[in-house]
Amino acid sequence: MPEKPIQGEKRVFMTGNEVVAWAAAAAEADIMYGYPITPQNEIMHYWTRMLPKYGRRFLQTEDELSAGFTTAGGVLAGRRAFTATAGPGNTLMQEPLSMAEAMRLPVVVIVQQRGGPSTATVIYSQQEVTLTTLGGNGEGLRVVYSTATHQELFDYTIKSFNTAWKYRFPTFVLGDGYQAKMRESLTMYDPASRGITMVPTEPYVGMAGMPGVDREPTHLRNTYNVEEELFEVLENYLADYAKAAPEIAEYDAFDTDDAELVVISHGVVSRACKAAVKELREEGYKVGYFRPITLRPLPADQLRDVAGKAKQLLVVESANGQLDRLIKEVIYGNTTEMLSLFKPGVGITTEEVVARVKEIKG
Amino acid sequence: MSVQPAMPKCWRVESKPHKFCPGCGHGLVLKALGQAIDELGIQDKVVFGCDIGCSLLSWDFFNVDTVQTHHGRTTPVITGIKRANSEVTGIAYMGDGGGYAIGAQHLVSAATRNERITAILVNNTQYGMTGGQMAPTTLPGQKTETSPYGRDVNTAGYPTQGPEMVAAITQEGAYVARGTVANVKQLKGFIKKALENQMAGNGFSFVEVLSTCPTNWRTNAEDTWKFVEQEMTKYFKVGEIKVPGPREKEGQ
Ligand SMILES: Cc1ncc(C[n+]2csc(CCOP(=O)(O)OP(=O)(O)O)c2C)c(N)n1
Ligand code: SF4
Repeated sequence: MPEKPIQGEKRVFMTGNEVVAWAAAAAEADIMYGYPITPQNEIMHYWTRMLPKYGRRFLQTEDELSAGFTTAGGVLAGRRAFTATAGPGNTLMQEPLSMAEAMRLPVVVIVQQRGGPSTATVIYSQQEVTLTTLGGNGEGLRVVYSTATHQELFDYTIKSFNTAWKYRFPTFVLGDGYQAKMRESLTMYDPASRGITMVPTEPYVGMAGMPGVDREPTHLRNTYNVEEELFEVLENYLADYAKAAPEIAEYDAFDTDDAELVVISHGVVSRACKAAVKELREEGYKVGYFRPITLRPLPADQLRDVAGKAKQLLVVESANGQLDRLIKEVIYGNTTEMLSLFKPGVGITTEEVVARVKEIKG
Repeated sequence: MSVQPAMPKCWRVESKPHKFCPGCGHGLVLKALGQAIDELGIQDKVVFGCDIGCSLLSWDFFNVDTVQTHHGRTTPVITGIKRANSEVTGIAYMGDGGGYAIGAQHLVSAATRNERITAILVNNTQYGMTGGQMAPTTLPGQKTETSPYGRDVNTAGYPTQGPEMVAAITQEGAYVARGTVANVKQLKGFIKKALENQMAGNGFSFVEVLSTCPTNWRTNAEDTWKFVEQEMTKYFKVGEIKVPGPREKEGQ
């Protein structure tokens, strides 16, 4: 048995893609399937360089359709399997992910967002929110964590495997080009050293025993003959999702109780917003900070609570309102004024957020 | 008392009679496959994947673990399973649309990588499930719903020679054959060898099967067999095309 890739704890300074590869290794991921696309390439580079000595495997596929479907195959065989992509690759990945939704396959996907639509830039955006949360031709029965720091990239990559295998919904870690490429310090750790147990995996196909004699054969399908048959399946899935949602949903917030205006953001943009809110508070502005960590499911109760107390919500994102739409849906009926700072495909600084709030407040 | 023909042991009795149209070739292909699985004693090792198209109707056909995938994507699903668990014998079962049109890149790439899986492709010269449109394998001049005046090779090209293509792009260790439902015994032999080839870890195994679709061909029994045995074989040569061994050297 090869030794663990990370023993105990270790302070490191590295790029986000490297962090993801280490985190997947620490999470005991067995096999990665992938197709090159910037800005996620180095996840595959580090994985293929470091992990063979720990007995982990890799397959470079012919495209993202194949990467998604082979990852589904790895999961069907009972392995902790994952893939990574971005932009147009994420678009192709939605087909296999809809099969994963249909069959409740705990596929894990790391998305390092780039600009869109189409090939756009290879650098950065928050424009893959709609696609990642609601892509595919189904109901969006999936989990999406949006990370802001390298530490979170590490923590939530590990967590994504456990969420996926515990609840059996495909699970995404939504990073971005900045996180993928920049260097930052963090603490890497062996999950066991922090009392984190990896949820055991189990095969859907290829188990011991003679099917039809010792056990029932697995007959997985995604095609149904009649509407009612599908409806019954989906009713159960939706009930499972509704039950799991409050357990899965996560957020970060401060200064919201007495705030007149609450700044809402996710991912790296929330770092600018956090600094801006602190600065504005010092200047006497009654502002608060709210950040959903799960974009699907959203922390709906907390968002409604915040919206109920504040007079104004300012949604800040490097997209043209993709997070904004999700928030409006969960706080529907609330009359709080919705304001925005949207910069599709471009990064946002603390100064810009401060300036926007001052513009609103006069 | 009527004597029932023997079903392969690995067939699932509960899902019979099967769901294919009367006279459909899929049943015969799955019979040959069932016999091959029985003879090799691998029922507990097989993971069977079926595509979208009429092949999906085999999702509960066998007492073997089965996953019914997306149109064209059975090859990567079985590849992913095999890569993650080399103990299983992975079978990807698809139609000509699934293998030569929408899933062509997966077939080509699995063949190029010499994936240790077995792909069985049912060639019925058109898209069965969606109602008889032109397929990559539609014969020149053949009428379908989307080639109502007959396939015009000037605009639609010539039928895909799948096994010949796979034979050309695979390395040593690959097994490639074309069988027909008009000769189930021979077909079973090809499928058995394709499975044995995978079990030996040699390389990619591919069997195309000339098959019937009386429903969309709108043929009676006699014309159905005539089409498979006489028309299709003019274009698609039945037999083994590649057996494992070193790749021939250039110029030989
Ligand atoms: C992505 C996608 N495109 C199209 C379809 C519709 N579709 C279902 S079956 C089929 C054709 C199947 O033909 P073939 O693979 O030759 O199999 P056959 O039905 O003849 O056995 C098509 C196009 C689909 N299900 N998915
Ligand atoms: S439509 Fe054709 S291929 Fe499909 S089940 Fe009927 S006869 Fe068979």
